[in-house]
Amino acid sequence: MGRHTCLYDLHLALGARMVDFNGWDMPVAYGSQIDEHHAVRRAAGVFDISHMCVVDLSGARTRELLAGLLANDVGRLSIAGRALYSCMLNDHAGVIDDLIAYYLAEDYFRLVVNAGTRDKDMAWIGAHAERLDVKLLERRDLAMLAVQGPQARERCATLLNSEAACGAMALKPFFGAQLGEWFIARTGYTGEDGFEIMLPAGEAGSVWQRLNAAGVRSCGLGARDTLRLEAGLNLYGNDMDEQTQPFESGLGWTVAFEPPGRDFIGRAALEQIRAHGSERKQVGLVLDERAVLRSHQRVLVEGGGEGEVTSGTFSPMLGRSIGLARVPAATADAVQVEVRGRLLPARVVQPPFVRHGRVLIAT
Amino acid sequence: MSKIPPELKYTSSHEWLKELPDGNVEVGISDHAQEALGDLVFVELPEIGRQLAAGEACAVVESVKAASDIYAPVAGTVTAVNEQLTRTPELVNRDPYGGGWMMRLKPATPATAAALLSAADYQAVADEG
Repeated sequence: MGRHTCLYDLHLALGARMVDFNGWDMPVAYGSQIDEHHAVRRAAGVFDISHMCVVDLSGARTRELLAGLLANDVGRLSIAGRALYSCMLNDHAGVIDDLIAYYLAEDYFRLVVNAGTRDKDMAWIGAHAERLDVKLLERRDLAMLAVQGPQARERCATLLNSEAACGAMALKPFFGAQLGEWFIARTGYTGEDGFEIMLPAGEAGSVWQRLNAAGVRSCGLGARDTLRLEAGLNLYGNDMDEQTQPFESGLGWTVAFEPPGRDFIGRAALEQIRAHGSERKQVGLVLDERAVLRSHQRVLVEGGGEGEVTSGTFSPMLGRSIGLARVPAATADAVQVEVRGRLLPARVVQPPFVRHGRVLIAT
Repeated sequence: MSKIPPELKYTSSHEWLKELPDGNVEVGISDHAQEALGDLVFVELPEIGRQLAAGEACAVVESVKAASDIYAPVAGTVTAVNEQLTRTPELVNRDPYGGGWMMRLKPATPATAAALLSAADYQAVADEG
């Protein structure tokens, strides 16, 4: 039996089909995952993401710690509440994890890391934190809900008192704030507007039900995956891991080489790769045939070379299959993918496929 | 709980079979199977006239999550396929024993259905996952 979030019993009561996700029993869907997907694109949906790991870092040298651990630059965080998406790399520039860091105060940052990487992340961060006298506190007392969709923010606001509602509605994208007992951030993993809310675990069930009553649909990990893939967002373990570096995973934009003096772990290896040029790159794929791209399918590139689909699914918005793939750097605009023993032509595109309810790819 | 109509026959690979009055049989996948697959997005059906051996892979259903082969429950010739599934594969999710039927076969030999599972036997298979 896997681990349960504080919402486990509610998921069962709502009729969810449960699956194992990195050792956690999580809802994959409550009914049709495609209907859940459309609910988020058109209105609002709520996801239980309490399996993710929230870690608070405190101590005078917290910023210094993160400046060394993260490939993106926490020096860019000058306004309290600001969030930063970053990779955490090893010495070879392999991706240990991708995470969000919130700057809350000079001696207090919050990280949200993946469930499946929790143990190694805690060990890695902990080992470096000790030297700088930074304390780690894992916040298993908090539940985390992602409320996403064009109507998500307004519907969340109806659950808050007027002061907190004003504070929440005033949040700019990629900012968070502690509003009473809740930490509310205007972040997400769907390509839609919305909030990620960290709140005391004991409140999560009643909040979920009040969101449902306010017209926010319960959504499972199935819809979360199709939404993030349409939004062109990577999934750790599929699209990047310790064997791959950010430049071949579509994450070059998250690497901050400026200022030149910031000596983060993985920097030397990344500079070497940058000097020679990455041999592989990440691309988006669209399949116009009636078949579905899946991770690990072989990608054949015209003129030689091979790659691999790292994530694939059916896109409810495009009505056809989309995917992310790692391919040779010289790959042009057409490839073939081996799908169940057949070679099918696929179009190479620049993700995202969908943003804010709109399809961005020619169909 | 998934539905398992008592009047149908089943296979351990989750197909159902209905004996039609004209001697043909209708084939689809069980409620348990559609539930496990999740939302179907593509259904690939055999050509009419194709001769199938019992247990032969003859159709493919693909959900958001995974692709799965469908096997002929009995030997026979394909006499009809449910063309509606090409445009609306979700019929299999909504109505697996009715509008979600996949194909009709003329069995090669009569009474071949005897080797199939009863609803009670299939219940045991479904309970195992």
